[in-house]
This record gives sequence, C-alpha cells and structure tokens, in this order.
Amino acid sequence: MELLEQISISLQKGDHQKVYDLTKEAINNNLPPKEILDDGLLVGMNVISEKFRMHEIFLPHVLLAAKAMYAGLDQLKPLFIEGEMPNRGKVVIGTVHGDLHDIGKNLVGIMLKGAGFEVIDLGKNVPAENFVETAISEEADVIGMSTLLTTTVPVMKNVIELLKSKQPNGKVKTIIGGAPITGEVAMEMGATTYGYDAANAVERVKQLVGDR
Amino acid sequence: MRPKLKFLSEDLIRQIVDESVGILCKLGVELNNVEVLSMLSDYGAEVDIPNNHVTLKEDIIQKALDTSPKSFKLYDVSGVETNDFSGYKVHFTPGSAALNILDYHDNRIRKPLTSDYIKYAKLVNGLDHIKSQSTAIIPADVHDKISDSYRLFLSLLYGDKPVITGTFTIEAFEVMKNMQITVRGTEAELKEKPLTVFSACPTSPLKWSDVTSQNVVDCARYSIPVEFISMPLSGFIAPVTLTGTLVQHTAETLSGIVISQLTNPGAPMLYGGSPAIFDVRYETTPMGAIETMMIDCAYNEIGKYLGLPTQAYIALSDAKQLDAQAGLETGIGATLAALSGINSISGPGMLDFESCFSLEKLALDNEICGMTLRMLEGITPKEDFPTLPRLEELLQEGHLLISDHSMKYLNEEQYFPKPIIDRANRPRWIDEGSLTLGERAHRQVKESLDQYSSNSLSDDVKKELVRLMEKEAKKYGMDALPARDV
Ligand code: B12
Repeated sequence: MELLEQISISLQKGDHQKVYDLTKEAINNNLPPKEILDDGLLVGMNVISEKFRMHEIFLPHVLLAAKAMYAGLDQLKPLFIEGEMPNRGKVVIGTVHGDLHDIGKNLVGIMLKGAGFEVIDLGKNVPAENFVETAISEEADVIGMSTLLTTTVPVMKNVIELLKSKQPNGKVKTIIGGAPITGEVAMEMGATTYGYDAANAVERVKQLVGDR
Repeated sequence: MRPKLKFLSEDLIRQIVDESVGILCKLGVELNNVEVLSMLSDYGAEVDIPNNHVTLKEDIIQKALDTSPKSFKLYDVSGVETNDFSGYKVHFTPGSAALNILDYHDNRIRKPLTSDYIKYAKLVNGLDHIKSQSTAIIPADVHDKISDSYRLFLSLLYGDKPVITGTFTIEAFEVMKNMQITVRGTEAELKEKPLTVFSACPTSPLKWSDVTSQNVVDCARYSIPVEFISMPLSGFIAPVTLTGTLVQHTAETLSGIVISQLTNPGAPMLYGGSPAIFDVRYETTPMGAIETMMIDCAYNEIGKYLGLPTQAYIALSDAKQLDAQAGLETGIGATLAALSGINSISGPGMLDFESCFSLEKLALDNEICGMTLRMLEGITPKEDFPTLPRLEELLQEGHLLISDHSMKYLNEEQYFPKPIIDRANRPRWIDEGSLTLGERAHRQVKESLDQYSSNSLSDDVKKELVRLMEKEAKKYGMDALPARDV
C-alpha cells in the first residue's frame, strides 16, 4: 500500500503511534509536506468527519483520529514556511459571562480542533470584551459562544453588538449554542448562525469560513 | 415487609468511600472562594489560596460526618410537617429549573411565564403524592437577576408545600432567606421548621464555584437545608465504570459536607446528586438511562452508609413529549428510587434531560408516584389467618364485594389511580370519548386547577412577600411585577 494511504488508514483507525511513525517515514523519504498533509492526514480526517456527520461513528473515534492527525501534523508544521501552512480558520470560543457550564463548549472546541481549526478557548464566564478583543487581535474568523442558562442568553447579544461596534465590516462571524439556543434565538440575538451539537458545530463553522 | 433494593455490598461501599477520601486527601478540590478556603484552613486543611485549591485531611472529613444530621423534616407554609427525610422514607418532588415548558395546546415548547408558574404551583398543591414543590420552571417575564427569588416568591404565594429550590447568584440568597423568615415569623422558627431545600452543585471534576460554595455556607448559617448535586458524567468527565463514577460522586459530595458542617455543625443536608452516563452517540446526559438510575440508587446506599438522608434526580424522562418513553423511564426510575429508599425523589413532570417541564406529565407522574408508594407498603397479612372463614363466606355468598373484610381493607390494599390511568373496558373508553393519555392528563390538570382555592398564608404575610419581591425587582430596574391574575 502506498505510504500516504497507509497514513490515512492508520489515522482513521485512531492509531496515533503508527501515524507518527509513517509521517516520519514520509518526511525521511522527502515527500513534500503539503502532499503528506493533503493526501494523507486530511484525506483520513475527511473520511472520519463524514462518518461522524452521518452518525456512523461517535465522539471517541473522532477524538482518537484527531489525536492521530496531530501526531502527524505536529511534525509537519515546522517544515512549512511561515504563512504557507494551510489553515482552516481560527475560532475564538467561550461560555458567556455569568455561566459556568463549559462541558458542551469544551466538546465543541475539541471537535473543531479535531477538524483542523485553530481554537482559542477563553474558558467560561467570559466577559463580552474578551471575546471581541481576542477575536480582533488574533484575527479570528469566528466567535463561538455557549450558554446553558436561560438567564445568560441575552448576554450573547451584548457580545454581538460590541463586535458590530468594534468591527462594523462583519469580518468576524458568530455562532452560538447550548441547551436554550434555537434558530429563533440565534436570529433574535443577531448571531450569524447556531449549532446544536459538536458535529453540527463543525459543519456550520466550515460553512462560515467557506472552503479553503 | 418493606421491599428494598440494593446494588452495593457493604465491602464495596467501604472501598468506594475509602478511595474517595483518599482522593480528597491527595488531589483535593478546586474551590473558588477565599472565605471558604480560609475557613477550611482554620480547621487544618492544606489551602493554596492563589491557586484556589484545598487538600482535605481524613480527620476533617470524619469530623464533618460526625456532626451530619441523620435526618430532618420539612414543614409547609403553615408549619405542618410534610416530609420526614429519614431511614427508608421516600417523598416525591417535581424536577427543577426547566428551561422550557411543553404547551399542551400546540405540543410545542416555549419559555415559561408567570402565569405558567402560578398554574404549576396551584397544580402541585392538589397532587396527593407530591410532597413538596420545587421551583420547576423559570418565568422568563422578569429580569434574569431575580429569576431565582421570583420562583420562590410565587411558590410561597400560591402553594402550601415546602419548596426545593436554589439561587443562581450569591446576592439572591438574602431575599430568599428573608421571604422564608417572613413566612415563619422569626429566624429561630425557620431553623426549627425548615421550609426549603437549596440545591448546591459542585462542578465535576472536584470543583466548587464561588457561588455554590458560598450558597452552602449561607444556608448552613441559617440552618436552611441543602442538597448536594454532584454531576459526574460517566465516560466523559468521570470514569466510564459505574463504580468509578460513584467514587468521584462520593468525593465531590463529601467535600460539600465538609463545607457545610465546618460552617455550622448539625446543619441539615441531603446526600444528593444528578449524575448521568454520557451518551457518546448523541453527546447527551440521559437521565432515563438505566445506568444513570443505577448510579443514583447506589450513591443513595453510600449516603445511607455515611448516615445522611438522600436525594436524587430520578423518575424523569428524556422524551420530548408525553409518550411511552416518558412513561417508562419515569416509571422505572420511580420504582427503583422508591425501592432503594431515596428520601427525596426529584423528577416528576420533567422531560428532555431536565430541560422541559409538562404540567400534564406532572399529573400523570403523580399517579406513578401513587402506585410506587403503594408498592412500598408491601404485602402484609390483614386478618388473613385463617382465610378459611372468608372462603366459606365466598362459597355461600358468591362474592366478597361487600364482605366486612373487603370493606375494611379495600382502600388499604388497593390504590385507585385517577382516571389518567385508563382502566375502562374498550366500549366504556370509547363512550367516554376515546381520550388519549395526553387528553386525560390535561383534563386532570384542569380539574385540579378548578379545585384550587388559595394557600393558607395570611394576607399580611402575602403583602410582606410582595413588598420584599417588589423591592428586589426595583434593584434591577423593574418597577412592577408581571400581573398575577390568571
Ligand atoms: C452538568 C450541568 C451542570 C454542571 C456544569 C459542569 C460544567 N463544567 O459545565 C454544574 C453542576 C456546575 C451546573 C451548575 C448549575 N446548573 Co446546570 N446543568 C448541567 C446539565 C445537567 C448538563 C449540561 C451538560 O453538560 N450537558 C452535556 C453537554 C455535552 O451538552 P450541552 O451543554 O447542551 O452542549 C451541546 C450543545 O448544546 C451544543 N453546544 C453547547 N455549547 C455550544 C457552543 C457553540 C458555539 C455551538 C455551536 C454549540 C454548542 O453542543 C454541545 C455538544 O453536543 C444541564 C441539563 C441540560 N439538559 O442541559 C443542567 C442545567 C443547564 N443547569 C441548570 C442550573 C439551574 C444550574 C445552576 C444555576 C444550579 C444552581 N442553583 O447552582 C448552576 C449554574 C451555575 C452557573 N452560574 O453557571 C439548569 C438551567 C435552567 C435554566 N432555565 O437556565 C439545567 C437545564 C438543569 C435543570 N433543569 O435544573 N450544571
């Protein structure tokens, strides 16, 4: 079997040690890093994402695969010249001020990372300014906000409005989620979109940043 | 004989407790409250204030267990005893703090309003097998900073039964305490006759937030009972095994007991929780999963072993509607919980992972509770030896419908559920409108609401409650409370 295909298959099996070894081998064989990434790691990860989206496999499989992907990716990173490393997009994520529920947010963060996004996790109980300032200074593409409490839903609007005032061009998109969040609530809050679980969040964020 | 259910051997319980004490003494807990940290430090715990961390010691935990009350009681607004949390006695209370209400008329969910809450409080007042209210829904038509105190306010204004509740902030405790003192008359009387239980949730794994740890302290100071609601999620933020989850739950709950008892030795507590398995397929925390229920029953055994009365979120469902799944998960949960002797069973009325409340379901669940409570009476002989004369009577009369023995024991031996539970034969069922379960439940809700008159608080007390609530609302810019004429 071709080396890159082996990388993809080992990644799908979640065998991070094997992906590490095979990636090393591919680098030693002087395969171009971009090829190892595109035709090996990402091919495997795309299969995993699709199976997850179709509910054929579940969270733990995806996390294992993501861990395997990073076992390869981390070796490739230094080989890319600054700015050449393909980048799926940057997401600033957090649970809004007043809310300490972070389990769902963490899960969404983990899955976004697994899907290749750069994720800046601000934690829980995050003031509006933090979301907005970080998104602007880090040149993020998306702000993801989570809340599980009825009482903290309106807080999301503060973030979205602050964002609008600080960056009226709409470059930074917003996605919100959590038990009280529906499409309707997302409209009311003025968010770009919403997501109802981790797989859905990945899909929606992909749509937000467009295919790169 | 009262039937009982056990999942754990005493050896296993001891092992679980030892392991969890070991964890508290080695890993400790994160505790984001300086006041509580310094108190623990005064008692010899190893405290690291900059890192918000405390490591406990075995003797501190033992000291807290030594002063933990084995039982306590709740009393309704007029001071009559309703709940005796002791031994294997069980009491049902509705599930609490739903995000949504399932509207019977269009079978869709929506945000609850003041009018929904009042209906809920009136309904609970008339349900025989629900011994306390809980602040089950959060009215969305008031400022969110008063949404916790406002629920308690409405419960006290319209319901008689004691209230299982909690605060969302540190500040709300003050007015919620003052409302209770208003109902009882004095602080001492409130202490003598507890009116509420406050939920206090540690954060898995092994963490206490500023708010919840402060709530434990504040409640302990006024001897207001707390229930510890630790929520390890098996396989996600807790070990995947039920035993491992129990170890974590025990450690988190013990840390709460320490905070409470060091603040005020003897302060009443329920050894509670809302653990769940984590369903990796759907990323959800199923309360209706059999494993979730097994964890609940088992930690209740651990609580009993440690000498505390217990509580659990069980007898509820993850179904989205009042369907067969709603009935089966609630029924199985109620049965297991009752057999296990969980003293306060929180759940009836609740759907959708504790996030949606249904009045119709509450009316149905009241019947599930009734049947369950009957089961606990067990099977006991009642002038049954000898049975021979009864059979002689039967042979002679052709039936025992009006025999003295039947008349004496009929109502003791058989529980008659309200007509929500369909026991008519088919022609009669058709004759009476071929009503579905939902329709029968809704009819029951309407009947109960019609029968409601008022609760037993005096007008003066009610006026004072309104004054307290209005004052609190003003703090957050609300000049008037929503209308209450439903
Ligand atoms: C676990 C839990 C806790 C834990 C949280 C631990 C933690 N580290 O997060 C603890 C014990 C600390 C806790 C505390 C409290 N809780 Co709580 N809690 C829950 C519970 C049982 C499960 C939440 C959960 O983790 N689910 C599992 C995860 C995976 O699902 P999820 O969070 O929904 O996330 C998924 C989606 O929503 C979505 N998603 C989430 N975020 C985002 C973000 C984006 C950008 C996207 C796209 C998608 C997305 O994807 C996620 C993955 O599938 C819920 C019940 C429920 N049905 O939600 C109550 C619940 C949310 N809690 C509730 C309450 C009342 C409280 C307290 C106020 C209780 C108290 N009196 O102390 C405190 C709040 C303190 C505070 N200020 O925040 C209520 C809320 C009621 C309301 N109307 O607002 C609920 C509904 C339970 C109830 N009925 O009482 N809680």
